[in-house]
Amino acid sequence: MGSYVPGTLSERQQMLKAIGMEREDALYADVPAQMLLTEPLNIPSGMSELEVRSKMEALAAENKVFKTVLRGAGAYDHYIPSIVKYVPNKEEFLTAYTPYQAEMSQGILQSIFEYQTMICQLTGMDVSNASVYDGATAAAEAAAMCRDRKRSVTLISAAAHPDTINTVRTYCYGANAELRIVPCKDGKTDLDALKEMLTPDVASLILQQPNFYGQLEDAKAIGEAVHAAKAMFVLSCDPLSLAILPTPKEVGADVMVGEGQCLGLPIAWGGPYLGIMATTEKHMRKLPGRIVGETHDDAGNKAYVLSLQAREQHIRREKASSNICSNEALCALTAGLYMATMGPEGMKEAARQTTAKAHYLKAELCKLPGVKAKFAGEFYQEFVTVMPKREAVLAALEEAGILGGLPLGENEVLWCATEKVTKCELDKAVAIVKEVLAK
Amino acid sequence: MKLIFEKSVPGRHSSLLPACDVPAYDLPEKRQESLDLPELCENDVSRHYTQLCQRVHGVNCGFYPLGSCTMKYNPRIDEEMAALPGFTNIHPLAPASSVKGSKEVLDLAAKYLCEISGMDGMTFQPAAGAHGEFTGVLLIKQYHDARGDKARTKIIVPDSAHGTNPATAAMCGYDVVNVASAPDGCVDLEALKAALGPDTAGLMLTNPNTVGIFDKNILEITRLVHEAGGLCYYDGANLNAVMGHVRPGDMGFDCIHMNLHKTFATPHGGGGPGAGAVGCKEFLKQFLPESALMQGEGHIQVRGFAGNFLVVVRALTYLMTLGKEGIPEASTNAVLNANYLMQKIKGTFTPAFDRVCMHEFVLDLSEFKKETGVSALDVAKSLIDNGMHPPTMYFPLIVHEALMLEPTETESKETLDEAAEVFRKLYAQAFEDAEYMHHAPHHAQIGRPDEVAAARNPVVRWTKA
Repeated sequence: MGSYVPGTLSERQQMLKAIGMEREDALYADVPAQMLLTEPLNIPSGMSELEVRSKMEALAAENKVFKTVLRGAGAYDHYIPSIVKYVPNKEEFLTAYTPYQAEMSQGILQSIFEYQTMICQLTGMDVSNASVYDGATAAAEAAAMCRDRKRSVTLISAAAHPDTINTVRTYCYGANAELRIVPCKDGKTDLDALKEMLTPDVASLILQQPNFYGQLEDAKAIGEAVHAAKAMFVLSCDPLSLAILPTPKEVGADVMVGEGQCLGLPIAWGGPYLGIMATTEKHMRKLPGRIVGETHDDAGNKAYVLSLQAREQHIRREKASSNICSNEALCALTAGLYMATMGPEGMKEAARQTTAKAHYLKAELCKLPGVKAKFAGEFYQEFVTVMPKREAVLAALEEAGILGGLPLGENEVLWCATEKVTKCELDKAVAIVKEVLAK
Repeated sequence: MKLIFEKSVPGRHSSLLPACDVPAYDLPEKRQESLDLPELCENDVSRHYTQLCQRVHGVNCGFYPLGSCTMKYNPRIDEEMAALPGFTNIHPLAPASSVKGSKEVLDLAAKYLCEISGMDGMTFQPAAGAHGEFTGVLLIKQYHDARGDKARTKIIVPDSAHGTNPATAAMCGYDVVNVASAPDGCVDLEALKAALGPDTAGLMLTNPNTVGIFDKNILEITRLVHEAGGLCYYDGANLNAVMGHVRPGDMGFDCIHMNLHKTFATPHGGGGPGAGAVGCKEFLKQFLPESALMQGEGHIQVRGFAGNFLVVVRALTYLMTLGKEGIPEASTNAVLNANYLMQKIKGTFTPAFDRVCMHEFVLDLSEFKKETGVSALDVAKSLIDNGMHPPTMYFPLIVHEALMLEPTETESKETLDEAAEVFRKLYAQAFEDAEYMHHAPHHAQIGRPDEVAAARNPVVRWTKA
């Protein structure tokens, strides 16, 4: 069996003796005998590192790694620079706890302070927290942040990611608060319907930009409608897209949330990802989660600390703004590292190429007989096509090592391309689709 | 050290992407404000983060007896397995036939953790302990709602509980009833009985409790709650004490969260990502969360997709390594180490409860502070000068001037002997030079930071001068 217990048998004996015990059983004397397990656990025997490695490698081998990924829907296969994979594995970053002891955690605290700053630079917002669990929980936390006694209803666009809608629904269920879904029209949030729904009890609207169907919403007009009704405007963004698209600040968002996976994290079957959450100075003290602040030590040296803790559960208990404590610190560090490595030009280039590849794919697919774009609006990296023989198309792509778009509805497919795919790969995919359709 | 922004040189960059090989597409709506991210070459970035990591104390650097956080060694094989392309490069919405390995990872981890906890079903959606609590209490809420029982509006939490427990109950729409602990830190049965009633939705409890004592009355406690019609939620923060010895399911609990980043050795990453796997008994399985996009509507959901999958990969690697022999061995040695360290410290600092403890123990420094003027905070900060991460301070709230130590099973006898020696030294120092300790640390990255100034005048981002 494997073990990470350093004590030898004789050391353990000495230690037992030192505490006045003869046998290890005595350590569990407080546990009522009827509850103590008398049989070993019904799990396999432990193994050596070499054996475990081969077991785990065999499990990984049962997954199929696609060379080309044309599927997004909340998980985006962008290029991850080498250094972004290396640095977070430094053992100090990996094995430290939440930086409660500032005097021996300045490195983690500074990395979070830098992350918060970069999120502000990217989004135009005034203040970012140290992260929450993922994009969906960020939206749910934002809904809670916007609610008060008079305004308790949350609106969310039907064009938001289904997992985001369901997560927000769950958090609202927890809080006994109401969630209403704003319908879409032609793949976008229906502004007229929204205006009708903006009643005086509405606390906020959550809009996703680009939305689940890839469409770019008229965020500014929607934000204005929300503000006209004195509600808060929560915008859920793809952070990489903000290198080239209008920032949440520019379109008037009060709270920006987003899934940070596209900033240097692998798609990894859904996690760990990164929940980004930022707001304006006005709402800073309502923001949940850890926030790192700059201060000075007793000798006047610059220092970083976990700040504004009066919002948090360990101080406020049942009156806290959220129960969150552990967040996604190492993912936030990774995102900061990614943004520093890419730099402003690299970020813009990745976003521009992402949009270029997606538009190329759409143009090429729509040249094929029977393939049509479902929506006419502008898009960033994803689009929906209506196509015949959908299952056969996706199966043929899969056979060729290409993960095609996500099947939606009856004969629709949600496609995605990022800067990572080459023209050659896109052409190959389109040729396969063409061949299947011609059969 | 300088911030990364202060190292930026206009025009500096790394070469990462090729020229675009398809026609550019000009989106009509554009970002107007400039993008002021730092401009650096790869070497700049590498040096910067290396400097940062030299200003971090990890478990790899030295002793880290942070009570209730289970700072055990994080095996590196777990990291390597979580970095396998067959796990990292898998799309969460890839066809089921192409992700058999991922499903098997979750199934195996669920099977082993159900066996360890005495539960019947498991979800890996929750991303952290508090997130697991939220999920668990929502199981309780759904259970009562499904029975049409709307009168249950209260969750009972002992006053020794972690702050996340009451915060979670409030997030789930419940009123929190705090019950006082008995003098030994365990649940006061009379106080519990008085709090129970037809409005009780459930109880949130950890056992061993936050002072490191196994509550002998646990079967009576869970029976009383069940009799009142409530359910029992086990906060798995302290599971490392009892794995393979006694199971929460056998103590009468209905649901539980386990911190994979504590008990199952996955790294804390400076504050996440963790994983708060939630287990439950058969009758609650129908209420477990699922992803709307992966499994369809109709269930609660606490985050996107299936959870922090790579954290589960690490935990499974650990579970396979330890197996049925290693799991109870880890707990036995966690308890042995805690009792040994407490014994070695005794005679100087005073344990709050002078009796056999489980995996952690609390020192009560209130008398010591009266005698010397040196506080728990002063001692904690002095430990930093001695290369040791301080214990958890001022928790649980029921002990004044508390220091809570959890050595874990992966520390050696020498490490514990050295730590005890440091505590003895500091104890003596308090009587000789309290003033020095009031200003500790003296040799750390920084002196004591001014937290009041940070909160009063928040500077939470860098701005260009």
